[in-house]
Amino acid sequence: MAKINTAEELEKLKEEYRQKDEEWDCVINFCGGTACQGSGAQKVLNALKNKLADIEDNMDIELRVTGCHGFCEQGPLAVIQPQDLLYVNITEDDVEQIIEKTVLNNEEIEDLFYNEAEKEDKIKSDKEIPFYKNQERIVFENNGVIDATSVEDYIAEGGYSALSRALSEFTPREVIEEVKESGLKGRGGAGFPAGVKWEICYDREADLKYIICNAYEGDLGRSLLEGNPHLIIEGMIIGGYAIGASRGFIYVRTEYPIAVDHTHRALDQARELGFLGEDIFGSGFDFDLEVRRGAGAFVAGEETALMHSIEGKRGMPTQRPPFPAERGLWGNPTNINNVETWANVPYIINRGAEWFSSIGTENSTGTKVFSLEGKINNTGLIEVPMGITLREIIFDIGGGIPEGKEFKAVQTGGPSGGCIPAELLDLEVDFEKLEEANSMMGSGGMVVMDEDTCMVDVAKYFMQFLEDESCGKCPPCRVGVPKMLEILDRITNGNGGPEDLEKLADLGDTVKNSSLCGLGQTAANPVLSTLEHFKNEYEEHIYDKACQALVCEDLLYYNIIEEECRSCDQCKQACPVDTIVGTPGEDPYYIVDEGCIRCGSCIEACPFDAIEMKPGQKEN
Amino acid sequence: MDFKKVDEIIARHRGKAEEKIPPLIPILQDIQDEYGWLPEQAFVKTSRQLDIPLVNLYGVATFYNEFRLKPIGNYHISVCMGTACHVQGAPRILSELERKLEIADGEITPDEKYSLETSSCFGCCAIAPAIMVNGEYHGKMDKKKVDELLENIEQEKEDEKVKQNG
Repeated sequence: MAKINTAEELEKLKEEYRQKDEEWDCVINFCGGTACQGSGAQKVLNALKNKLADIEDNMDIELRVTGCHGFCEQGPLAVIQPQDLLYVNITEDDVEQIIEKTVLNNEEIEDLFYNEAEKEDKIKSDKEIPFYKNQERIVFENNGVIDATSVEDYIAEGGYSALSRALSEFTPREVIEEVKESGLKGRGGAGFPAGVKWEICYDREADLKYIICNAYEGDLGRSLLEGNPHLIIEGMIIGGYAIGASRGFIYVRTEYPIAVDHTHRALDQARELGFLGEDIFGSGFDFDLEVRRGAGAFVAGEETALMHSIEGKRGMPTQRPPFPAERGLWGNPTNINNVETWANVPYIINRGAEWFSSIGTENSTGTKVFSLEGKINNTGLIEVPMGITLREIIFDIGGGIPEGKEFKAVQTGGPSGGCIPAELLDLEVDFEKLEEANSMMGSGGMVVMDEDTCMVDVAKYFMQFLEDESCGKCPPCRVGVPKMLEILDRITNGNGGPEDLEKLADLGDTVKNSSLCGLGQTAANPVLSTLEHFKNEYEEHIYDKACQALVCEDLLYYNIIEEECRSCDQCKQACPVDTIVGTPGEDPYYIVDEGCIRCGSCIEACPFDAIEMKPGQKEN
Repeated sequence: MDFKKVDEIIARHRGKAEEKIPPLIPILQDIQDEYGWLPEQAFVKTSRQLDIPLVNLYGVATFYNEFRLKPIGNYHISVCMGTACHVQGAPRILSELERKLEIADGEITPDEKYSLETSSCFGCCAIAPAIMVNGEYHGKMDKKKVDELLENIEQEKEDEKVKQNG
């Protein structure tokens, strides 16, 4: 591929790729996201490839492995064009008929259509499915349509036209003004206006400035980098032009091998076409990017820690100010934004600040991507306008709670976010409202919890995680978090006392107000928010010594229901620790609680549903 | 063990870095990709060549979860302990694996066939709880699927043995 120097050349290339794209008789957009891989997508893909290789080539069929479609719950999945059919839960055995019937003979296979939980109607097009229908996809628009490893696909969809436009029609100052006007706030957590951040960096005079993409985050960053890496790269080049940076880094988690690979490939392609390197689009602007794999430290997502990590040091935060815009990487002015923030930039340049700020709420403009997880029917990645209610997200898009269970809480903002209870389901989701509810946007995790989730256990889980991940630099976090965990351990073991709740709240306040970095300042959130909304569960653990959700192992026991037991011996054989007593065919069996490890093997083994878990402690 | 590769890795990074100091973390990552862990000798070599005190290298390697100071088994199993996996029962998956393999998180079986570790998040929360075996994802795990998976691995090993002997 030759270097592209002008907007006309780019336009010509786009038309060429478009035309090529229209010549296919059939396109299978097969989801190659990580979650689908975990559901066996690779086997299906191999079978599709083999089957297609056998077909005589009187038809032009394109098997395109795309990024994540978002509907991870239903994977492996594919959208077949031109019929516009969404097939879900595809197995190897389905491949034969997909090719024979749908691709070659234009027939629909009803068995592979999506079936909404507890409803009979099957839906054949993704545009009709509530999960997709209620979203507003902008940065995710092309994720399920293009092959992430093909720059041709990206250009055919208008890729790099924003860069070409920014370099030829905007001065750096004008780019910053446009972003400021759009109201785009950083999607990484704190919600600081991106344009203002850029301006601070722009105003610093220095020979060398840096741009960083913080991709040390969960699902969202991963799937955007996996599915559409050029979008992030284009956003970063525009950002580099605006603030006057000549180099940049994409800091991505090493646990995401597909994202790392796709980003590497995309950078090579961008270099070949001259979007990276010297004299980009003949504008005299030089810029290049490099991938750095984050080596696994939660705190390294904090911006000062992240920079130390890129410098090759332990990823420990330092006091701000000085802010990265003043003294960042190796002492040079540096601007850091996360994946989703960068992904919005090309759209703002192409469609304008006014268009962007017309979406969302007054203070939080645009859309937000969320990762919908936990006890919800439609797990996956969604993009919605700011200001949508939690109820719409969880029930309209997410399809509600499985097995008709009761919604209890939704945890937003990652490990240091907060839990929002059912009373607040009508909360309109934006940066400000989430903070008012003692939670935060974070990078967009939403974990739904139902009646079977114990909120004290959830708080304990987060404190365990944060204790592990605390870097140990400042005492409030280093000492305070383990102390809080100690109390939670006590409460879930059945040894909690009435004074413990006050102590927890007190400690939480101290950790929140006196820690050095964002990790410590938010570390108490899981405890403080559950204490506020689910105090009754803490009290049940302390006073009744019972875990009603049947999670905390010391506050529940296994019981064989005498009337149901047929003395078949199955449970005794399944028990790995020999705590079940009985003789086949004789009196009902019973469990000796001392020694029971709560592994659940007996419940699984019992053919008569005669074994149950009960809250409380067994008296024997 | 042959440590020539360490020299090659350092030379490669020295060549491309514009900064005066070659990037330490990518070097350690490449060494670990090569050997599966960070052997002591590799540390010493890196320390001398980059002129970074050994203690600083050790500090970096122990700070990040990715770096292993112990070798891994032929089948390296990683269990995701992220939030979504936790609420969907990851702790039970971990304890089942620990019980079946008779090793704890971070350990390797005496015959070096299996090693077990936990990860903070794989980023595929929709198929929670998830585990990874030698880089391959397995989603929506339960105890039964864990048992099947281990049986399949054992079967695979048997098949290989037969192939080698036959």
